[in-house]
Amino acid sequence: MSPDVLHRETFTVHGNDFEHGGNVAAAIKATLRELGIAPDSIRRLSIANFEAEMNVIMYARRAEFLFTITPDLISVVVTDEGPGIPDIEWAMQEGHSTATAEMRERGFGAGLGLPNIRKNSDEFAIESTVGTGTTLRYAVRISPEA
Amino acid sequence: MTDLLELLRCEVLSGREQLDGFEPTGFFAADLMSDVLAFAHPGNVLLTGLTSLQAVHTADVAEIPAIVFVDGKRPTDAVREKAAHRGIPLLATHYDMFEACGRLYEAGHVPRRKP
Repeated sequence: MSPDVLHRETFTVHGNDFEHGGNVAAAIKATLRELGIAPDSIRRLSIANFEAEMNVIMYARRAEFLFTITPDLISVVVTDEGPGIPDIEWAMQEGHSTATAEMRERGFGAGLGLPNIRKNSDEFAIESTVGTGTTLRYAVRISPEA
Repeated sequence: MTDLLELLRCEVLSGREQLDGFEPTGFFAADLMSDVLAFAHPGNVLLTGLTSLQAVHTADVAEIPAIVFVDGKRPTDAVREKAAHRGIPLLATHYDMFEACGRLYEAGHVPRRKP
């Protein structure tokens, strides 16, 4: 572990596991609270985490969430094994979704997940290979006054 | 909070002790949890017809201090347990979403305007 890394943790999320959707966001939130991170940063990262978790549950087979805290940044890299996204530009637009009725019944799948993650992040990147999976990176800066 | 309980004739399903002296920053109503995550303000009470676990997770990450289920809907015991664990009180009203929102609005609970 590089000396700059204050905390690093990996979580696994399984596709279709609606029952546990939200547990990664909750675990990371608890860690950030213990570290005394500013509430606004915690809220923004938690929203991004939860949307990312629901995306994995709805669309992928499984994914690893690598969560890292450095003195100025909280970052998450989500690497999934899944169908991939053929047209990222399309998927990044609000309202664009391939969700099923079941996903919508659970309050998700309206095509707001990726835009919501980007909106709540200070850094955002997505790469996808159709038939292999998607890698999503997002980060929230830690405000100096925190 | 007394106002909310009376206006919507709420039944407190769980977390009654956390409601004492608690004042919401406002209200937000949606069945779509991504809308709550995108647009609700921290401290807003959520009115929803969605009784799944995802409603509780959403409230937790979006700093929603309490959930009101509309239309007489009731969550399962698993959902109640999760909410208790996360410290989020659950309430229920027999009013439907439209009337519940209308009663709050009429009583002066007007949303904070965007600048």
